[in-house]
Amino acid sequence: MSLLSWVDERFPASKLWKEHLAEYYAPKNFNFWYFFGSLALLVLVLQIVTGIFLTMNYKPDAQLAFASVEYIMRDVQWGWLIRYLHSTGASAFFIVVYLHMFRGLIYGSYKQPRELVWIFGMLIYVALMAEAFMGYLLPWGQMSYWGAQVIISLFGAIPVIGEELALWIRGDFVVADATLNRFFAFHVIAVPFVLVALVVMHIIALHEVGSNNPDGIEIKQQKDEKGIPLDGIPFHPYYSVKDIVGVGVFLFIFALVVFYMPELDGWFLEKDNFIPADPLKTPEHIVPLWYFTPFYAILRAVPDKLFGVLAMGGAIVVLFLLPWLDRSPVKSIRYRGPLFRWALTLFIISFLALGYLGTQPATGLYTIMARVFAIVYFAFFLFMPIYTKLDNDKPVPERVNFK
Amino acid sequence: MTHSIDKAKRRFLTNATTVVGGVGVAAVAVPFLASMSPSEKAQAAGAPVNVDISKLALGQLLIVEWRGKPVWIVRRSADIIKTLKTETAKLSDPNSDEVDQQPEYCTNPSRSIREELMVVVGICTHLGCSPTYRPELSPADLGEDWKGGFFCPCHGSKFDLAGRVYQGMPAPTNLVVPPHHFVSNNQILIGEDAKGVA
Amino acid sequence: MKQTIYTLFMAILLLASPLSYSASTGVHLDSVDIDLSDKESLQRGANLFMNNCLSCHAASYMRYNRMARDIGLSEEEVKENLIFGSDKIGDTMTIAMRPDDAKKWFGVTPPDLSVIARARGTDWLYTYLRTFYIDSTKPIGTNNLVFKDSAMPHIFWQQQGYMHQDENGQLVNKGQKSTVDAEKSNVGNQITESEYNTLVRDLVNFMAYISEPSKIQRLAMGHWVLLYILLFTVIAYFMKKAFWEDIH
Repeated sequence: MSLLSWVDERFPASKLWKEHLAEYYAPKNFNFWYFFGSLALLVLVLQIVTGIFLTMNYKPDAQLAFASVEYIMRDVQWGWLIRYLHSTGASAFFIVVYLHMFRGLIYGSYKQPRELVWIFGMLIYVALMAEAFMGYLLPWGQMSYWGAQVIISLFGAIPVIGEELALWIRGDFVVADATLNRFFAFHVIAVPFVLVALVVMHIIALHEVGSNNPDGIEIKQQKDEKGIPLDGIPFHPYYSVKDIVGVGVFLFIFALVVFYMPELDGWFLEKDNFIPADPLKTPEHIVPLWYFTPFYAILRAVPDKLFGVLAMGGAIVVLFLLPWLDRSPVKSIRYRGPLFRWALTLFIISFLALGYLGTQPATGLYTIMARVFAIVYFAFFLFMPIYTKLDNDKPVPERVNFK
Repeated sequence: MTHSIDKAKRRFLTNATTVVGGVGVAAVAVPFLASMSPSEKAQAAGAPVNVDISKLALGQLLIVEWRGKPVWIVRRSADIIKTLKTETAKLSDPNSDEVDQQPEYCTNPSRSIREELMVVVGICTHLGCSPTYRPELSPADLGEDWKGGFFCPCHGSKFDLAGRVYQGMPAPTNLVVPPHHFVSNNQILIGEDAKGVA
Repeated sequence: MKQTIYTLFMAILLLASPLSYSASTGVHLDSVDIDLSDKESLQRGANLFMNNCLSCHAASYMRYNRMARDIGLSEEEVKENLIFGSDKIGDTMTIAMRPDDAKKWFGVTPPDLSVIARARGTDWLYTYLRTFYIDSTKPIGTNNLVFKDSAMPHIFWQQQGYMHQDENGQLVNKGQKSTVDAEKSNVGNQITESEYNTLVRDLVNFMAYISEPSKIQRLAMGHWVLLYILLFTVIAYFMKKAFWEDIH
């Protein structure tokens, strides 16, 4: 005990422990949707650790990159496991983050006073997309190469400076060794550094205002004589033990993929990426990995290069504005009126549909469908100030529902 | 509020989870740590090396690479072999008592299978430099007593022509004799004993 | 209720979507049974691979000694029967032909076959190796159903015989008689269709093996990992229950 007090006089160890775990009071009515925050943290750690070990054998050189990945898969002891953990972890990260964001949508976790929690979260999401995109170039397969070529060319749509900008990003006239080398630098150090910093800010902001809950009730408004929220329970041990169960279930599904279907039929590792990058030959159809496809579908739905890029960017930007677009006094979907429920349902349907359409060739009917769903996607945000205000919300109780 | 919290049950289950989880974390650490040991490629490159010594002249030093390290092969004259047996007073371990520094079949004054052929890993046992071959007698820089041997330029360790270290040197032990055997009269296989892989 | 529907949505997305993903080749691919535990098939496949493929194609990520270990051969057996060049047992399966020369001779560099089974899929390879047919408009005299204008000659013409395309586009086996190359006619070791299918299956099985040798290890340990995680989760669940008893 004396060692702890020695440390405490010099570093707030006990204080941090109390503020963020033992005396951080979280609402007691967290449900299934509240597992994904801690799971995202778990996957982040997994990606960093496996990434470090992959870096020990990977070679960021256009001549050697593809072979070095196969070297990891065969010659390095357990290299295959580390690589599959990393490749599966990338997709798992997006699954977990999408479910985490969906939770925020249905329970209004982005609303006042948690606007900054949402903004930091969105920044994490954007950083994660950059991280995934650059990491996907590293195996230097056909999909890596042509995916990067297409995405970087999007910058070419920017008027005046576009082409020069794309050239500068690549560092060559096409995606080449220079591009691979700089993407490696961003992927292994720059972006992870930003990601970790953003995660810390996300959690600090959350712990400042306190967690939302499925009822969307501010538990800090009902406190006992000691100042502890009546509906709050200490995060540790209650949610630490609960999250461990979530971790177990998650790891079971995760291991199922890693050991039995690491390619997941082309969804996690694409077939064409087992062919080394060939700058002279494009694969029959280039599909971004599944987590980008909703935005890719929006891009293709617009019959103009510049506006397509703007629409794609806009689809992400509007998410940042959510806290100010929503005018309802009610947070949780449990007490929202029918207008919001319908709007959200349509939004989720169009997001999933766009995700599917992004994997399919952009022809005839598919293009029309992508346009319809893209319009619904934007309408959800555009009309939000109106329908959330008109909506017939229900009265919110003072205390949370539990059991 | 209930007062019947079963603390013993909680403690037991917490301990059980910690132990089982700890075993899992330890098990996960194994592949990560093992991934840092030599790969299949490194092991294939470290396979035994076959050396032809038919053209090795008297007093000549032949350096071959085995597992990335220099291995010295020197053809020693009868005079040198005699010196190796007599001039032992200033050596730190003249009888090769340090077991790990040579295979059993080289625990003899010349530290070799055949007296006239020295086979030694040319890495100083001090801090890993590769010593220089100095076969000449009594050179100005190494002194009157120098009977020919190896001199480490990094920290000045001196070894005789059987790779034995002199007393008072930074290097703690004799140079390492690698496992090896004669495949034929003029062929040495370095990295493998007569009975199999070292 | 809404939440349940949303949960279902996500579950459907995760489970159903792989099924809708299909290769875009127009030709129907025959499915082949891949079994990495069938050591005899892998050994026959290795033999076929070394004798027929490994002169134009390399498999430059695959080591002989690992293959020996995994398919149940001793290093001596591999050295004697399967290594033809000056390669050592720890080497990878490279070839002497330089890529530039190959390009000059064949028009394309024959691809490295280490991971071809993962790039093309085993069904594709199985169908490809069985659907060469005579096409006199091509410089090499043959064409292929699944890989149009393939520059690769029909390696197993002696075993399979030559196929001809009839007016409906169906392939008909006309034996070893080739209108293109009369000298090659009737060498006399043609095998039956089902024997040929087995031959190609063995070869594709071996190519599936070299495309991911660690798969053997992966599948062997998977169920132990899952069992452990299950045990851990059950204990953790009871721990959670014990703590949450006092939350009302």
